[in-house]
Amino acid sequence: MSAPAADETHRPWRDRLARVGLPVVALLLGCAMWELLVWAYAIPPYELPAPSAIAATLVEDRALLVESLMATLATTAQGFALAVVGGAGLAILFSQSRWLENTLYPYAVILQVTPVVAIAPLLLIYLPQPLAVLACAWIVAFFPMLANTTLGLHSVDHNLDDLFSLYGASRLQRLVRLQIPAALPMMLAGGKIAGGLSLIGAVVAEIAAGSAGAGSGLAFRIAESGYRLNVPRMFAALLLLSAAGIAIFAALSFASWLILRRWHESALVRAP
Amino acid sequence: MTPVVTLRGVGKAFPNGTLALQNLDLTVNRGEFVSLLGPSGCGKSTALRLIAGLARPSGGAVVWGSGGTPARGDLGVVFQEPTLMPWASVAANVRLPLRLTHRPDNAEALVADMLARVGLDGFAKAYPRELSGGMRMRVSIARALVTNPELLLMDEPFAALDEITRFRLDNALLDLWQELGKTVVFVTHSVFEAVYLSTRIVVMTPRPGRVAADIAIDAPFPRGETFRTSAPYAALCRTVAQALAGAMGESLA
Ligand SMILES: Nc1ncnc2c1ncn2[C@@H]1O[C@H](COP(=O)(O)OP(=O)(O)OP(=O)(O)O)[C@@H](O)[C@H]1O
Ligand SMILES: [Mg+2]
Repeated sequence: MSAPAADETHRPWRDRLARVGLPVVALLLGCAMWELLVWAYAIPPYELPAPSAIAATLVEDRALLVESLMATLATTAQGFALAVVGGAGLAILFSQSRWLENTLYPYAVILQVTPVVAIAPLLLIYLPQPLAVLACAWIVAFFPMLANTTLGLHSVDHNLDDLFSLYGASRLQRLVRLQIPAALPMMLAGGKIAGGLSLIGAVVAEIAAGSAGAGSGLAFRIAESGYRLNVPRMFAALLLLSAAGIAIFAALSFASWLILRRWHESALVRAP
Repeated sequence: MTPVVTLRGVGKAFPNGTLALQNLDLTVNRGEFVSLLGPSGCGKSTALRLIAGLARPSGGAVVWGSGGTPARGDLGVVFQEPTLMPWASVAANVRLPLRLTHRPDNAEALVADMLARVGLDGFAKAYPRELSGGMRMRVSIARALVTNPELLLMDEPFAALDEITRFRLDNALLDLWQELGKTVVFVTHSVFEAVYLSTRIVVMTPRPGRVAADIAIDAPFPRGETFRTSAPYAALCRTVAQALAGAMGESLA
């Protein structure tokens, strides 16, 4: 990512306005046309609700929707946190034992390449529903963290590595003072991917669970509203999901920038 | 003269079959400033890595004056690139050897002293990317010296810098060497730099590297711009350039 706002302070204001303004104008125009079409053809809300109807639903059902949003976000956050700890942790273990890496890495890949949509129903059989949803949010986010951390830990500058050897650094010193800091940019990049994937994993599992359980996440609301042909609420929930995805990405990008801004090229602010 | 380190018939063959060094005999004595001069690929860096203990010779032996192997921190190395940790401040970079070797409690003072010596007083809190190439190299030198090593190994440390900066760092290095009384092994491509800095120049043959000529540079210290522009300097440069050409099997017109 680039430094939010910071690298834009040097740009002329017109440039800035265009970057923020144009997409907003496009959005407003699109909504206006949508509204007009629905009105002109008198499309019923259960076929295609107008933006105004979706907005109204958003307000009317806010208690329910916000509760669901919180449920989904909580699962996502837990899955993400477990993936970060597990993925980075396992990568660190791998870096200490080539033997362990060779033994387990293939299974991590298998976990990754098997579509989570296909795993979810199975997990739902063996695990209580909240746990199954959490497991899905974890599975999809786990691999990017593992892969990126592994790559990062391996991409230590050779001369720095020699320097640590010269001073007889212990394994722990090497890990803490050299490998982990060197891996940090890659780990943070992995985290940005993993955050979005956690949300997807949680949504997939909620959808798979469908009406089967006492689910309460946003995706569950979408599925449930679908059965009841409450299309405006489906749209409202979808809108919230997108917003959540954007917020997660923005938050993780900001965190990454915050951590790297002093030293990493990716966070460098260049004068114009 | 007390030998600090002696290379006895050292050879180095790499697993891919490259023979980088063969029968290299070299003694470095306390207080000397020895330059290794030779064509690219003749094994200068390899020789330095062998002395630093970062690689093992495939033949011969690297023998230390003290008999055993040097203690951690008895050796300082300056690589061709500054090789700083980009995530750590200048002070933290210079302090690294002290941390790794679990050295004194007065680390802060040592680091500050080293930074002052290389002329970077105000930059302790800066990050490497905020420094110029020459300043980064100074940090690298401060780091190599902070453990007060017996022997300083430098691998073309100033090769990537412009000439003005290089001259300035050459002078700074000579000052440090005289003040601190270190022994230095310095790898360079430049005949002029070697003559300016060294008490002794070891010219190496193309791969596999051996010693082709061992030339004492007797000019007195301190050396400055007067030396750099003097007739004896020019004569020495010519002698060394001829030795280098001879080592490469060419003759200098
Ligand atoms: N790890 C390695 N594996 C195989 N060959 C190597 C390795 N390191 C160096 N060599 C070879 O050994 C020879 C000597 O390399 P070295 O880096 O010591 O040369 P050098 O004198 O320092 O050259 P330069 O002045 O260009 O830095 C070269 O031919 C190089 O290709
Ligand atoms: Mg070299």
